[in-house]
Amino acid sequence: MEQSLRETIHENPKKILGVNSQDAKVSLSYLTVAFVSLLIGGILGLVQGLERAGLIQLPSWLNYYQVLTAHGLLLLVVFTATFSIGYLYANLSHALGGLLPKVRKLAWTGFVLMIIGVAMVVTMIVLNEASVLYTFYPPLAAHPIFYIGLVFVVLGIWACCFGVFINYRHWRKNHPGEVTPILAFFTMGVFVLWFFASLGVTIEVFTLIPWSMGLVETTNVMVARTLFWWFGHTLVNIWYLVAISAWYVFVPRIIGGRHFSDKLIRLVVILVVILNIPGGFHHQIIDPAISQSIKFLHVFMSLSIAVPSLMTAFAMFVVFERTGRRLGGKGLLGWLKKLPWGDVRFLAPMIAMISFIFGGAGGIVNTSNQLNQVIHNTMWVVGHFHITVGVSVVLTFFGICYWLIPHLSKRKLTPKMNKIGIIQTLIWTVGMIIMSGSMHIVGLLGDPRRTSDTTYGGHEAAASWVPFEMLFAVGATLLLIGVIIQVYAVFNMMFFAPKGNTEYPVAEPEDDETPTPMWTERWGLWIVLLLMVVAMAYVVPIVDMLLNAPPGSPPIRTW
Amino acid sequence: MQHRLEEIWMTISVGILVVFMIIIGYQTFALGMGPPSHSETIDPQKVEQIAPFDDPGVKEIAENEYEVVMILQSFGFNPSNIEVPVGAEVHFTMTSKDVTHGFQVPGTNINAMVMPGHIQKISHTFKEPGNYLVICNEYCGIGHQAMSTTITVK
Ligand code: HEM
Ligand SMILES: [Cu+2]
Ligand SMILES: [Cu+2]
Repeated sequence: MEQSLRETIHENPKKILGVNSQDAKVSLSYLTVAFVSLLIGGILGLVQGLERAGLIQLPSWLNYYQVLTAHGLLLLVVFTATFSIGYLYANLSHALGGLLPKVRKLAWTGFVLMIIGVAMVVTMIVLNEASVLYTFYPPLAAHPIFYIGLVFVVLGIWACCFGVFINYRHWRKNHPGEVTPILAFFTMGVFVLWFFASLGVTIEVFTLIPWSMGLVETTNVMVARTLFWWFGHTLVNIWYLVAISAWYVFVPRIIGGRHFSDKLIRLVVILVVILNIPGGFHHQIIDPAISQSIKFLHVFMSLSIAVPSLMTAFAMFVVFERTGRRLGGKGLLGWLKKLPWGDVRFLAPMIAMISFIFGGAGGIVNTSNQLNQVIHNTMWVVGHFHITVGVSVVLTFFGICYWLIPHLSKRKLTPKMNKIGIIQTLIWTVGMIIMSGSMHIVGLLGDPRRTSDTTYGGHEAAASWVPFEMLFAVGATLLLIGVIIQVYAVFNMMFFAPKGNTEYPVAEPEDDETPTPMWTERWGLWIVLLLMVVAMAYVVPIVDMLLNAPPGSPPIRTW
Repeated sequence: MQHRLEEIWMTISVGILVVFMIIIGYQTFALGMGPPSHSETIDPQKVEQIAPFDDPGVKEIAENEYEVVMILQSFGFNPSNIEVPVGAEVHFTMTSKDVTHGFQVPGTNINAMVMPGHIQKISHTFKEPGNYLVICNEYCGIGHQAMSTTITVK
C-alpha cells in the first residue's frame, strides 16, 4: 500500500492527495481565528511600542498591563495554537487520506471550547479584572473566570490532541508494518508535547481557581511558577517543531529538491519530544529556593535541546546545497543563487531559518546561569523572543499561508500575491531587526521588560534607554504594517483569489534512500522516556518546594 | 562525504556546548559566581514580625562590609535611598510582603527574584562611586513602573 502510494505520488502528486473539503473547513476556521488574533495582537503591540517610547499616553480606562496581558495571550497562545492546529490538521488530513468523522468532530469540539475559553479570558482582561500578564504568577489574583477560561482553552487543545492520537492509531492499525507518513509523524510529535506540556499548567490553574474564589486561603507561589514554566517553555518547542515540519517537508519541494533522510528527520522529532519539558527551569535561574546544583543540571538540560537544532541546521544546509547544485549552481557558493529567492513560499521560511541562528545563540546566553543574571527580565528577553517566535516561527507560518490557504480554499497564488508576500516578508524582517535589535541592546543596559513608560525620577540610567525605546516605536510601526498586509493576504487568498488548484508541496525522499526503520514508531517508548526526563528534572525540586514550603500566599490584587 | 561532514559538524558544536558547560560550572562552583539561590523561607503575612525583617536597614557587619535587610512591597523598597562607601561589599537579604518582585541594579550584575515566602540573598562590591538606580523588574501591579530607589556610593 505504502509502496504503491509512493509510486502514485511520484507519477501524479495532485491526483490522490489533498485535504478533503470537510477537513479544509476545520483548518480554515482555525486559521481565521489565528489571523484575527494576529491583527488585534499586532495593534496592541504597536500601542506598547509607542507607549514605551513615550509617544502616546493611554487613556484612563486602559492601562499598559491590560494591553500587555492581551498582547501576550492573544499572540503567544491564541495565534500560535490556532495556526498550528489549522496547519497540522490539514497535514494530517492530507497525509492520512482524510480525517475520521469522529476526529473531525473532536476538532470542532476543540474549536468551540477554545473560542468560549478565549472569550472568557479576554472579557476579564478588558474589564481590568485580570491584569496579571500571560504568566499570571500568583499571588497576583485574577478573577476566577479568567482561570476558568484558561481551562476551556486547555480542554479545547486536549480535544485536538485526542483527535490526532485516534487518527494516528487508526492508520497504523490499517497499515501494519509501515511507518506513518512524515507529516503525520510530526503532527503526532507536536500533540504529544502539547498534551504533556499542558499537564503542569492545568494542575496549577486548578489550584488557583478555588484560591481566587476565596475557598482556599493560600497558595504555593514557587510551585505555581515552576508548573507554569513546565508548560511555558515546552510551548516554545511546540512552535519550533511545527516550524521545522515545514522546513523539512515543504521547503525542499518548493525549491525543487528532495527532503533530507526520513530517518534523521524522525530522530530529530523524537529528540525534541523527549528532551523538551525540563527546559522550563531556565526561566527560574535567579529564583530563590532552587539550589545551584539543580540550576546547573538544568543548564545541561536546556542546552541538550540545541542538539536536534544543530542537526536541523546541517540537514537544511545539505538540502539547499544539493538542490542548488542540481539546478546548475557552480563553485563554492554558486548554488545559493539558484534558490528561488523571489518565491515567498521559500523566502519567508528561509529568513526564518537564518534568524534562528541568532535566536539560538541568544538562547544559549539566556540559559547560561551567569549570563542570565545580566539579562533576566530586561528588554533583552523581549528582543530574544521576538526574534525566535516573532521571526523564526511566525515568518515560517506566514510563508506556509501562501500555499496552504489557496490549497484549502481551492484557489491560486497569483504572481501579484506572491509579490505582496515578498514585500510583507521584507517589511517584517526589517521591522523585527529594528525592534528586536534595539531591545537586545537596551536590555544589556538594564532596561526592564513589562514596565510602562517611566523616567525613574529622571535618573540618568533610564535616560540612556530613551533613544532605543524610540527605535521600538519605529520597528513596531513597520511591524503593524506587516501584520495588516499579512492579514489582507490571508483573507484575500481565502475568499477572493482566482479559483484553481494549488499543490500541497510535500517533498519526496531521494531515490536511493534506505527505508525508515520501524522502531521510530515506538511512541509508547518515547513517552516513557519523556516522562523519565521530566521526572529527573522535576521530582527533586518540586518535592523540595513542597516539603520546605513556606506558609502560602493569599490572593492579592495590586492593579 | 556527507556523513563525515555531519559527524565533524556535530562533534565540534556539541564540543562547544560542553566547553560552555564546563565554564559555567567552574564559575558557579569554584568561583562562587552562581546565580542567587537562597533557600530560607518565611511567612509572607508576618514578615515585619520576624527577624531580621523586623528591623530593615543598612548594617555594618565588618570593616567596609554591610548587610542590607530589605523588604520589597508594592510599590517600594524598605529601606530606600541607601548610602554605602566606595569599595563596600554589600550583602542584600530580601523578601517580599506581597507579590513577586525583582531586584535589579542596572550597570551591575545585581539581578534577583524576590518572592513572598522566600528569602533571597545577593552580594556585590561597589567599586565605583556613583548614584545607582535600583528597580523592580518583575511586574507587580499598576504602579510597577514607579517601584525604584537608589544606592549612593561615595
Ligand atoms: C506588530 C507586531 C508586534 C509588536 C509591535 C510587538 C511589540 C511588543 C512590545 C513593545 C513588547 C514589550 C512589552 C514590555 O515588555 O513592556 C512586546 C511583548 C511581547 N510580545 Fe510582541 N510585538 C509584536 C508581535 C508579537 C508576536 C507575533 C508575538 C508572538 C507570537 C509576540 C509576543 C510577545 C510576548 C509574549 C510579549 C511579552 C509579554 C509579557 O512580557 O507579558 N509579539 N511586544
Ligand atoms: Cu524557555
Ligand atoms: Cu514591580
